[in-house]
Amino acid sequence: MKILVTVKEVTAVDDEFEIDGLTIDDRYVTADLNEWDEYALEEAVQLSEANDDAEVVTVTIGPSDTAETIRQALAKGADRAVRIWDDALAEVGLLDPATKATLLAAVAREEDPDLVLTGVQSADDSFGATGVALADKLGMEWAAVVNALDLDTDDGTAHVHRELEGGVEELTDVELPAVLTVQTGINDPRYASLRGIRQAQSKELAAKSLDDLGLDVAAIESPLEQTSLYEPETESETTVYEGSAEETAGELATVLREVDQ
Amino acid sequence: MTVLAVAEHRRGELRDVSYELVAAGRDLATATGGDLHVAVVSGPVSEYAEKLNRDGVDAVHTVDHGEGFNHDVSVQAVEQLVDAVDPAVLLVPHTVNGLDYAPAVANRLDRPLVTDAVDLAYDDELTVTRELYGSKVETTVDVHAERGAVTVRPAEWPTAEGTGDATIEPFDATIDESQVRSTVTGFQEVGDGDVDITEADVLVSVGRGIEEEENLDLIRDLADALDATLSASRPVIDNGWLPKDRQVGQSGKVVTPDVYIAIGISGAVQHVAGMKGTDTIVAINNDPNAPIFDIADYGIVDDLFDVVPALTEEFKG
Ligand SMILES: Cc1cc2nc3c(=O)[nH]c(=O)nc-3n(C[C@H](O)[C@H](O)[C@H](O)COP(=O)(O)OP(=O)(O)OC[C@H]3O[C@@H](n4cnc5c(N)ncnc54)[C@H](O)[C@@H]3O)c2cc1C
Repeated sequence: MKILVTVKEVTAVDDEFEIDGLTIDDRYVTADLNEWDEYALEEAVQLSEANDDAEVVTVTIGPSDTAETIRQALAKGADRAVRIWDDALAEVGLLDPATKATLLAAVAREEDPDLVLTGVQSADDSFGATGVALADKLGMEWAAVVNALDLDTDDGTAHVHRELEGGVEELTDVELPAVLTVQTGINDPRYASLRGIRQAQSKELAAKSLDDLGLDVAAIESPLEQTSLYEPETESETTVYEGSAEETAGELATVLREVDQ
Repeated sequence: MTVLAVAEHRRGELRDVSYELVAAGRDLATATGGDLHVAVVSGPVSEYAEKLNRDGVDAVHTVDHGEGFNHDVSVQAVEQLVDAVDPAVLLVPHTVNGLDYAPAVANRLDRPLVTDAVDLAYDDELTVTRELYGSKVETTVDVHAERGAVTVRPAEWPTAEGTGDATIEPFDATIDESQVRSTVTGFQEVGDGDVDITEADVLVSVGRGIEEEENLDLIRDLADALDATLSASRPVIDNGWLPKDRQVGQSGKVVTPDVYIAIGISGAVQHVAGMKGTDTIVAINNDPNAPIFDIADYGIVDDLFDVVPALTEEFKG
């Protein structure tokens, strides 16, 4: 069995930041492995531990400096990694779900996995659409927002719970091979062990260009264009208390006592 | 310009977001002098169609196939409907089920898809406003195409009211059963524990800012001093530090206490969905740009590890 996990490096903006045109300067952002992908990866690694011959391969779209984040995934138990990048991608302003799905699908076709796990969404641009778009490009079945998975490979079915709104879960049987978008909380992601971190250094991390994947620049052309980036205007009328913790706590306490009357 | 909005229902009920989509679609259609079509797939569709016939709706298309949502049915039905109606803009709710079929529909129709819209404008082409970085930044995306698809964030538009004079048109979609490769077998409610956070007058709610499970005692002390109930944002629940029935938000509970004190919670849209109806919202967060301050009545921009003990002290004894 082979499991392909999509792993993205996301950025979080710092408390204080400045917007410059359509970007936020690297100085104000911190990169990390996408929270949702951590859970997808853990699910894959747990499945591979339960099925001895299962291989876990990660796939990432990102420039060479995402290698460190990818090594984190390798340190947590993925067997090898594929990284897609191309100078042409650096020129793309908005990498939309359809384009990402096209790129990921090219790798998925080479790898021919039995199961693909993605995160529900990425923490930075939160499109929440790449996994299902990928499934459809591959002609695979899928399920979005999965928070429990029971894989029955003999039967060729994934029994999943989909987390709907309002504390309701939908129980669904999905034919394999499938793409599942994994929700946080489905498992308890491990920390990388020292041994894992050491081993990760020698695991395969293959870089693929568009050419390597048999794609040309037309494949990454998108009709979507990001035209502005700004801090939202707030209509907020928050009373903000200033001063030492004792002072602010004191003022807030006064209000809370009044509200409580 | 024609707009097609796809309604959402669950277990026999239309969901509110359907009427919000009608409102969003009507705004777009009116702005361009076009028609608003609504579609509903599966379930008691004639009953749904009557309800969806709100002010400004020109046609409701019904696809009578199966009882409840199945994404393989929805994908096929909506794809065929879009081919028939040929809307410039297809609107789908940005919900867990919307996300389970909209990307596949867009892929099959080769339409660009922009998700999680908080605003829509049309001036020769569609412009979608959406949020990035957990709502700290906003962006506009122009769709340079004649036809597009958008998922619309719930609770951003009002619900459409009134009765329209739509024609109700049963649509004979051809559903290829061999392509229905998933089956919904049931539903399950998240169990309730001993505490019902929806009943509380005062909620002290803790988020990822608390960092470690051990630090939760700090928050418990405050809740005790205030005689309040403890609730949390998702990461605290995902980490297993508090039981699932304490989760506030889209996939947890919707709460409306008198006072909600959000501590180390950023105010992500899925969290806010569960608490924005609160009378008095207090936020303690060291990030002045945290979106929770957009809805807070009172705020302290400071380290929770300093403020919370000081606040507890105020109410002790
Ligand atoms: C389908 C779906 C459903 C979801 N459902 C829910 C849901 O029901 N409920 C929910 O809550 N989330 C839900 N989420 C997750 C949501 O998107 C956010 O990831 C989550 O709400 C973030 O929780 P948080 O605010 O605690 O953490 P973060 O966003 O990480 O925020 C932590 C905050 O703590 C502050 N902080 C850190 N340290 C300190 C300190 N020392 N002092 C003061 N402040 C500090 C930071 O400034 C930050 O603002 C859902 C997501 C998806 C995709």
